[in-house]
Amino acid sequence: MTRDLAVHAEGLVRTFGDVRALDGIDLTVERGQVVGLLGPNGAGKTTTVRILSTLLAPTAGRATVAGFDVVKQADEVRRSIGLTGQYAAIDEYLTGRENLRMFGGLYHLSPKYVKERSEELLDWFDLADAADRPAKTYSGGMRRRLDLAASLVAQPSILFLDEPTTGLDPRSRLGLWDVINNLVAQGTTVLLTTQYLEEADQLAQDIVVIDHGRVIAHGTSEQLKDQIGGDRIEITVTDSSRIDDAVRAVHSVSAGEPLVEESRVSAPVSGGSTVLVNAIRALDADGIEVSDLVLRRPTLDDVFMSLTGHAAEDETPAAKPAKGRRGRGSK
Amino acid sequence: MATLTMGKPQMMRRPLLGWTVHDGLVVARRNLIQTVRIPEMLFFSLVQPVIFVLLFAYVFGGAIPIPGDAGADAYRNYLMPGIFGQTVAFAAAASTVGLAEDMHKGIIDRFRALPMSPPAVLVGRTLADAVRQILVLFVLSITGFIVGWRISNGLLPAIGAYALLLLFAYTVSWIGAWIGLHMPNPETANTAGLAWLFPLTFLSNAFVPISSMPSWLQAFAAYNPVSTVVLATRELFGNPTGIQPDYWPLQHASLYTLISCAVLIAIFATLAVRKYTRTTSR
Repeated sequence: MTRDLAVHAEGLVRTFGDVRALDGIDLTVERGQVVGLLGPNGAGKTTTVRILSTLLAPTAGRATVAGFDVVKQADEVRRSIGLTGQYAAIDEYLTGRENLRMFGGLYHLSPKYVKERSEELLDWFDLADAADRPAKTYSGGMRRRLDLAASLVAQPSILFLDEPTTGLDPRSRLGLWDVINNLVAQGTTVLLTTQYLEEADQLAQDIVVIDHGRVIAHGTSEQLKDQIGGDRIEITVTDSSRIDDAVRAVHSVSAGEPLVEESRVSAPVSGGSTVLVNAIRALDADGIEVSDLVLRRPTLDDVFMSLTGHAAEDETPAAKPAKGRRGRGSK
Repeated sequence: MATLTMGKPQMMRRPLLGWTVHDGLVVARRNLIQTVRIPEMLFFSLVQPVIFVLLFAYVFGGAIPIPGDAGADAYRNYLMPGIFGQTVAFAAAASTVGLAEDMHKGIIDRFRALPMSPPAVLVGRTLADAVRQILVLFVLSITGFIVGWRISNGLLPAIGAYALLLLFAYTVSWIGAWIGLHMPNPETANTAGLAWLFPLTFLSNAFVPISSMPSWLQAFAAYNPVSTVVLATRELFGNPTGIQPDYWPLQHASLYTLISCAVLIAIFATLAVRKYTRTTSR
C-alpha cells in the first residue's frame, strides 16, 4: 500500500541527547503532490528531511520514501530522491558545468547522458553563460539554482527542499518559486520545509504545521484558514499605550479572542461590514485613534499564531516570550 | 520557461574495478581541480619544505655530524630524504583540513545522500592528497639538486624511493582523514591537523641520526615509520645513512615501511569509513 505513496512516515522520533527533536511525526505525501512542512526554527523540519533523505536514522518509528525503507533500503531511496538543503552544497572551486558532471558521475549515470543533461539543466536554470566560471563567483541566487540543478541530474521522482529560499533576495525567491512550480507541473513530488508562510501558501497544496517535533495541524491552506474562522478585523492604534483599551473595544465586536502584536490588534469576526461600523463606534466612544482598520481573510500567520500561540519566525519558542500574545488585557 | 525534455536517465555499467574506485576517482578529480584553482595554496605548501631545505642545509648543517661519513656534502645528502619524509607526512594535514571544510560547507551531506559508494569520498580525498605530493617531491628534488644533493644509486632504486614516499603520503592521509572527520570546524582542523605531525617527524632520523639521541628516545624513533621511510629512501637514493642502532625496523627499513603502511591503512581506513558513515555534519 505504501508503494503508491511518495513519502510515508509513522511515529518518527529522533532524540539528540536529552533533546527530543522529533516527538512522533506522521507524514504522508502522495505522488505528484507538493507538501509544505511549516514550522519555526527548531520545530524539527530539517531533522525530518534528514531522516527521509537517509542522512540520519530515526530513534524510533519508520518511514518509506518511494516505497523503500529509509534505514534498510537507503541506497534505493537515494536513487529516487533529490535533496537541496539550506546551504548550497556545491563545490565552490568547480565550475557550474563541472559540478553537474561530478554529481552525475556519482549517480552512476552514463557519461553521455550526464553531458547532455548538464547542458539542459544549465540552460533551464539560466546558468549557461556562467557554466565555465567557478561557482565561487556566483551570486546567492545562482548558487541555489545550481544546487537545485545538481539534485535534478538523475531526474529524481521525489524532491526534498529544505528551506530552499532562506537567505535569498525577493527576486531570486520568486525565480526559484517559478522553477519549483515548473518541476511540479512536470510531475515531480516535492516535500519542502519553510518558515515562510507565504512560501507554503504559494507552493504547497497540503501544509503540515509542526512545532516542538509534533504535527499540530494538517490540511490545505484554505482548510487551515477556515479552522480559525472567517474574516478577521485588524486595527492599528496610533498611540500604542492605548492598546489595552483597543483590545477591549475589539473584543466587544469580535467572535473570538483578539491577538495583539505591537500596536496591532486582530480578531476573528462574523457578520461582514456591519462589524466594521460597530468597531469604529466602539473605538470612537473610547476616543482611541487608529491609523489603520481593515477586514481581511486570515493569513497563515494567523493560523500559526492561533495554533501555537507564537509567531512563526520565533527562533526558540520555549526560551523566548512570543511576540504576539493571546488577548492581552481582555481577561 | 521551457520544460525539461530528456528521456529516462541512462545508467553506467558497473566498472571493472567496482564503484568505490570509480567514485573515488571522481572525487579525487574534484579535489585536484581545487588544487589547480587555488594556486596560492599549492605555492605556500611548497614554500615551507623549500625553506626547511635551505635552513638545515646552511644553518644547522655544519653542526650536525653524520657518523661514518665526513664528506663536505654529507649532511645535505643526508638531509634531503629527511625533508622528503617530513614533507609527505604533512600531506595528512591537507586531508584533515579538506574533510573538515567539506563537512562544514555541507557538501559531505550531499555526497551522503547520493547512491554512491560511501568510502569513495575518503578514497578520493586521500588519493588526491597523495597525488599532489608528486609535484611537491618534484620541486623539492630540484631544490635539493641545487644545494648539492645527488642520486647515486641508479634510476630504478630512485623510482622505488619516490614510490615508497608516495605510499607513505597516502598512508598518513588516511590518518589525517580520520582526524578530519572528528573536527568541529575548519579552524580547529588547521591546528589539530598539524599538532601531531611535528613531534612525529622530529622524533625520527629525518634531521639528526638516531644514534645521537638518548637511548629511551632511540627506541621510539627506531619504530617510528617516518624513520624507516626516510632510511629506506636514503638507501635507495644511495645517500649517507649514518650508523644504525640495533633495531629490527632499522635493519629492514623498506620492509618495515611497507608493513606499517599496510597496517596503518587497514586500521585508519576502517575507522575513518566507519566514522564517515555514522557521522552527521555540523
